[in-house]
Amino acid sequence: MKVTLKIWRQPDAASAGAMHTYELDGVSSDMSFLEMLDVLNEDLIAKGEDPVAFDSDCREGICGMCGLMINGQAHGPEVTTTCQLHMRSFKDGDEIVIEPWRSDAFPVIKDLVVDRSAFDRIIQAGGYISVNTGSAPEAHSVPVPRDDAIRAFNVATCIGCGACVAACPNGSASLFMGAKITHLGELPQGQPERDTRVVGMVAQHDAEGFGGCTNIGECTAACPKEIPLDVISRLNWDLHAALRHGR
Amino acid sequence: MTDMPDTTLTGDPSHDAPADHGDDAAGYYTPGDPIRDTKAPEGPIDERWQTRKFEARLVNPANRRKLDIIIVGTGLAGASAAATLGEAGYNVKSFCYQDSPRRAHSIAAQGGINAAKNYKEDGDSAHRLFYDTVKGGDYRSRESNVYRLAEVSTNIIDQCVAQGVPFAREYGGLLDNRSFGGVQVSRTFYARGQTGQQLLIGAYQAMERQVAAGTVEQFTRHEMLELVVVDGKARGIIARDMVTGEIQTHLADVVVLASGGYGNVFFLSTNAMGSNVTAAWRAHRKGAYMANPCYTQIHPTCIPVTGSHQSKLTLMSESLRNDGRIWVPKKKSDCEKDPRDIPEEDRDYYLERIYPSFGNLVPRDIASRAAKNVCDEGRGVGPEVDGVRRGVYLDFSSAIERLGRDGIEEKYDNLFDMYARITGENPYETPMRIYPAVHYVMGGLWVDYDLQSTIPGLFVTGEANFSDHGANRLGASALMQGLADGYFVLPHTIRDYLADGPFEKVDESHPAVLEARKSVEDRVTHFLSTSGTRSVDSYHRELGNIMWEYCGMERTEDGLKKAIDLIRTLKDDFWRNVKVLGTADSLNQSLEKAGRVADFMELGELMCIDALNRRESCGGHFRGESQTEDGEALRHDDQFAYVAAWEFAGDGELPVLHKEDLVYTAIEMKQRSYK
Repeated sequence: MKVTLKIWRQPDAASAGAMHTYELDGVSSDMSFLEMLDVLNEDLIAKGEDPVAFDSDCREGICGMCGLMINGQAHGPEVTTTCQLHMRSFKDGDEIVIEPWRSDAFPVIKDLVVDRSAFDRIIQAGGYISVNTGSAPEAHSVPVPRDDAIRAFNVATCIGCGACVAACPNGSASLFMGAKITHLGELPQGQPERDTRVVGMVAQHDAEGFGGCTNIGECTAACPKEIPLDVISRLNWDLHAALRHGR
Repeated sequence: MTDMPDTTLTGDPSHDAPADHGDDAAGYYTPGDPIRDTKAPEGPIDERWQTRKFEARLVNPANRRKLDIIIVGTGLAGASAAATLGEAGYNVKSFCYQDSPRRAHSIAAQGGINAAKNYKEDGDSAHRLFYDTVKGGDYRSRESNVYRLAEVSTNIIDQCVAQGVPFAREYGGLLDNRSFGGVQVSRTFYARGQTGQQLLIGAYQAMERQVAAGTVEQFTRHEMLELVVVDGKARGIIARDMVTGEIQTHLADVVVLASGGYGNVFFLSTNAMGSNVTAAWRAHRKGAYMANPCYTQIHPTCIPVTGSHQSKLTLMSESLRNDGRIWVPKKKSDCEKDPRDIPEEDRDYYLERIYPSFGNLVPRDIASRAAKNVCDEGRGVGPEVDGVRRGVYLDFSSAIERLGRDGIEEKYDNLFDMYARITGENPYETPMRIYPAVHYVMGGLWVDYDLQSTIPGLFVTGEANFSDHGANRLGASALMQGLADGYFVLPHTIRDYLADGPFEKVDESHPAVLEARKSVEDRVTHFLSTSGTRSVDSYHRELGNIMWEYCGMERTEDGLKKAIDLIRTLKDDFWRNVKVLGTADSLNQSLEKAGRVADFMELGELMCIDALNRRESCGGHFRGESQTEDGEALRHDDQFAYVAAWEFAGDGELPVLHKEDLVYTAIEMKQRSYK
């Protein structure tokens, strides 16, 4: 099939960017979206033009490194990561608009590559359980109710891709924060730091420039791991409790 | 891996006599002095680690903040080491090429992590885990290192649970575990189908806590491009900031490489796009011996290639083989047909036919070679790529009949989902197609019992080193090794080295530093100035084809020699004709790839030489010339019970082979048999 690609090109962080149009023929429906971009890039290199820069690594939907706005949707039309989107989701003659994640807190580095280090800084502010290596009790010391373990796992599947931020009109990372707060908060091991965790993470989140949550729900619709919206309820609950406790 | 009956080798007359099975690699290398590990204490194997820990000198807590440690790589081995050493009070600098440490490819591991907890009281123990691992490695690993791995495995589970890793639980709230790959004890802990992801997130979070505490400094989007060696000791790295292009000097008292495996030398593998050998290879060129590079693991159940645009291969957990039946059509003419239209009598369930007692559960290397053989015969299925169909059916129709669709969904749903997403086919309705793919490498930089390489001050952990898995890694043990090395081994062994530190400060103007910087700058400049005509990817693909064809599932003397010639020719052409556009002082993904492919070319050549030298079949290394009448792997313990540690002798010079004889005191070498 043949597709028309409208891609955001930006030489570096300081320069202005613009949309460029490329025609690409010979696209097989079995190709993944990123393989299609690889083919475009080989063409561009052959013509002596700078290839389109984009992030990817595992290409199997688990590392969270890839992330493109495709026709205005984070990761495109399917509930999956960009790398797992395949060209069979498009048809011959389609026009596809490709942009990086749009957020003040994710500055563009080049073309479709953005800086998501804000996410690492949010985790640094409390997204962990403090236990030095070697000081852990025996694994069976604290049984974890099976349902709690399942709930914790289900939201621990967050891959930190940032689609939630990109999809949210407020540019909030509440789904990302809520997922981590819920994961650790469902487990007995996470209880001692439950208050400091939420207060620290929310403060860092706000300092990074992410927006607030007004319950729109675009985040959970775009999330490739289908993290549910109620993790944000949990975030708010924990924050409220922490404030009541005087943190 | 199936636990099969052992037969002690009792003098098979046809393979008895002369110990000399020929040296196919004569003329491709120079023999060197033997090498051995000098750090494992003597004595009973189950006391060696305790003894070493006691004998290893301590570093006063007040002195630790004066010691600088560089760690390259943030996967399970790297992140756990960074966290642990940061907690201990050292100054750690951590480097990764991705935008965040949490992207490391450990994240993709699916199945589980082994530990000898013996919760099921089914006879497991550290000794049994040790035994299974050495045997699974086909008696080509160093026993002391493996025993220690089994010993610390239980501590890993404790640490991960405490960090909040959401392992699967039973109804009483305790940890669930399962048997993996047909092993008869239940020792694998798991977090549904993404154990690697959850373990890595635990280690990553612990590391980020240390970043916040100020003990670990994180350098993301930074790639190590050279090792700095001063007066024979590793004292730092030259790294490139991949955003600005800046070439940076980072000096330290010790350097740790946790940079993962080199499966991408085959271009198509289950590795991440960026996984590479550069950190290890630069160290190799500076004096770190590379051990057993030809030991590569090929996993039988991966999603097949769909076209020449393919960028990587996706693994499907081996557990699928517990319920699926593998087959190809008996007739070549049936290969294009819808499989549901092929009647039973026209189906060749070839694993069940050739291996009646193990059937679909034969070990990975056997299943992989059998798949290749039927496809080479022209009976492969799926799309034609470059004129050949490479795929076989993994059929769940009888399992669905037996267990019901719900039963299958409960066990395999996320895998079936992933398959459907990638291929567009529904495995509940039509058989899956699978084909073997490169997945893991047992080879890596040589290390002693302290995990120190042949360069003093350079330690190597995780998949980047060679030591624990011999010629074949068991399922669920890669995760175990990465975390064992990072949490519980390296922090102890590195302190013995650091007890003599801090070492004399190296100035950034030292000749060794300047020389290292210059070599990086020259390389970068060269790639950008060739005015070449061929893209980096096209060279990488060609290298991958050569390696897969001649150094893949089956290796022969002729094939390997041909591969060496082809690689040398390709490498020369690459240096003259590779086309890299753009500049050095910005984000330049072609430039990044060019450096990695250059190192893959040199590695590929060494892998072929290593495979040529080892004229036996063991684990993942199969020499066509060394097989039984039934086509099974044939080891020659009399001649090849050694670790091949290769020394780089200079560009254009032959590599030097140092042999480490493998001596087993706690286990007896036996020949594997599957019939």
